[in-house]
Amino acid sequence: MAIMSYIQAVTAALREEMERDEKVFVLGEDVGRKGGVFKATEGLYDQFGEYRVLDTPLAESAIAGVGIGAAMYGMRPVAEMQFADFIMPAVNQIISEAARIRYRSNNDWNCPIVIRAPYGGGVHGALYHSQSVEAIFANQPGLKIVMPSTPYDVKGLLKAAIRDNDPVLFFEHKRAYRLLKGEVPEEDYVLPIGKADVKREGSDVTVITYGLCVHFALQAAEKLAEEGIDAHILDLRTVYPLDKESIIEAAKKTGKVLLVTEDNKEGSIIGEVAAIIAENCLFDLDAPVKRLAGPDVPAMPYAPTMEKFFMMNPDKIEKAIRDLAEF
Amino acid sequence: MATNRHKELGLTDEQVLEMYKTMLLARKLDERMWLLNRAGKIPFVISCQGQEAAQVGAAFALDRSEDYVAPYYRDMGVVLAFGMTPKELMLSAFAKAEDPNSGGRQMPSHFGQKKNRILTGSSPVTTQVPHAVGVALAAKMEKKQFVSFVTLGEGSSNQGDFHEGLNFAGVHKLPVITMVENNKYAISVPSEKQLGNEKVSDRALGYGMPGYTVDGNDPLEVYKTVKEARERALNGEGGTLIEAVSYRLTAHSSDDDDRAYRNREEVEEAKKLDSIYTFASYLKELNILTDEIEVEMTNDINNIVNEATDYAENAAYAEPEDALKYVYEE
Repeated sequence: MAIMSYIQAVTAALREEMERDEKVFVLGEDVGRKGGVFKATEGLYDQFGEYRVLDTPLAESAIAGVGIGAAMYGMRPVAEMQFADFIMPAVNQIISEAARIRYRSNNDWNCPIVIRAPYGGGVHGALYHSQSVEAIFANQPGLKIVMPSTPYDVKGLLKAAIRDNDPVLFFEHKRAYRLLKGEVPEEDYVLPIGKADVKREGSDVTVITYGLCVHFALQAAEKLAEEGIDAHILDLRTVYPLDKESIIEAAKKTGKVLLVTEDNKEGSIIGEVAAIIAENCLFDLDAPVKRLAGPDVPAMPYAPTMEKFFMMNPDKIEKAIRDLAEF
Repeated sequence: MATNRHKELGLTDEQVLEMYKTMLLARKLDERMWLLNRAGKIPFVISCQGQEAAQVGAAFALDRSEDYVAPYYRDMGVVLAFGMTPKELMLSAFAKAEDPNSGGRQMPSHFGQKKNRILTGSSPVTTQVPHAVGVALAAKMEKKQFVSFVTLGEGSSNQGDFHEGLNFAGVHKLPVITMVENNKYAISVPSEKQLGNEKVSDRALGYGMPGYTVDGNDPLEVYKTVKEARERALNGEGGTLIEAVSYRLTAHSSDDDDRAYRNREEVEEAKKLDSIYTFASYLKELNILTDEIEVEMTNDINNIVNEATDYAENAAYAEPEDALKYVYEE
């Protein structure tokens, strides 16, 4: 088994899927010759050529919309938005079109597109290179939203997304790209979309989160273990539709639940997770469900002081777990 | 006596009669839908009336067994020519379960039918342009000999997706034919308040493709222009932007009253150019549409429209819980 970075796992999944199925192709800004601004598609242009690793005009609605058309025809497009922050011009195509194609045609047409986008902060990206955009799409039945936390999950889930017959938004944390490394099997495997994954077994406090915050939560948990506080960590992996069963099971396990996201607090994914717990776990809870999130300001500021204030980190999670453990 | 203009286009008398019949069928189905709406039997109509010549002329210039179309909501003529049946259109008007477009989920005229390569469409305008470009990209990647054909109104040509889609097609010389059906109005706003330039087709220059403005009331001129565009597309010469100018003879929809924004004299003037009459005159002058054929055709269409209406009216609605189906693959 090879040790890979998070972004190498992205590239590996793309390469393997493109080798497996010639209908799979990549399109986006700078994905071709340059191999992407983060190098997610590095080497693919040389291996697969101009049309399967297609540099598009700088126009996000066309990147999504042309991909959607190709997907309806029967191709397997993997569209890249250079930054999740720049997905906004494509929202009409994603929500009004991709999400509704199967439903509105009564199952006659479908739209097997994957839209990848790097999200998240902590990289001095300021307001428009740091955002978490998942909540915008997370009340749109027809879409699936995958946000992996480890290189292993990246490869298995991206391959599953490409093979999925419905549209999948695949959000990759850009700080995780080179920060996170892990063992990734060289062979072909897929992981189930729509299934959460327990990343750490514990008995005192349940932490439910996703993306880079899983990594921060694991760091916090290791530290707290020295104090005898045993955290249970559930990684949502798919943030829409949510894996209700696993959420309920994890909440019941300890009776104390901390929900963590890097996104702004109000209207975020974890609000929905809290609602699921409130509906199903009232008599199993030993403390109020706590949410730990970014502040409700429009987006992450540039200056290091304010960026650090906004950004999630292991210390914030550690404190929140300890508070709950002592409740 | 009119000059025979269709022969030099390679069209037989039978083919032009078939074109006319398709135009007339679209008109008669549309008129019936208005009656059904005013009788309280169907909630909504949005019309093709005034645009049948452009729609049918264009569709007949395509390969109706290979090409893909991404029609907009007025394109009854296009979808009829591409194989959707009157019965299926009526099922959509009545929102019945058997409606192949959407099973009664969408408003009428939101076309889609995979077996006839009619891409499913929505209400937000112009989103279909990038889709057609995507199909054309697939044709180029797969080295297939077909084109995609997309239509929209002149108001829609102001949307970003028009620009983004056509530019994409221009960069990659993709086999996509874009036809703007300029019917002079975007609901109430006249084209001079929609377009900064005189002709939509002038915009083609910005996308590196030829642009043509044609008489949308003349099915033969539209046929010729689309036919040539298709040949260029298959030769690897890329897309074409066509503006077919006609007139919207009805209000925007059954929920609109156009007396608020245009006078009756203008509408009456436009009716003189109505292709249903002008094309019939052409065919009559050439003795192709004889009295005998016309009577037969009218009777035939009346029967088709009646049968379609009766069938759709009596067909079943979807079960309430069917609303839960097909969000994702099942």
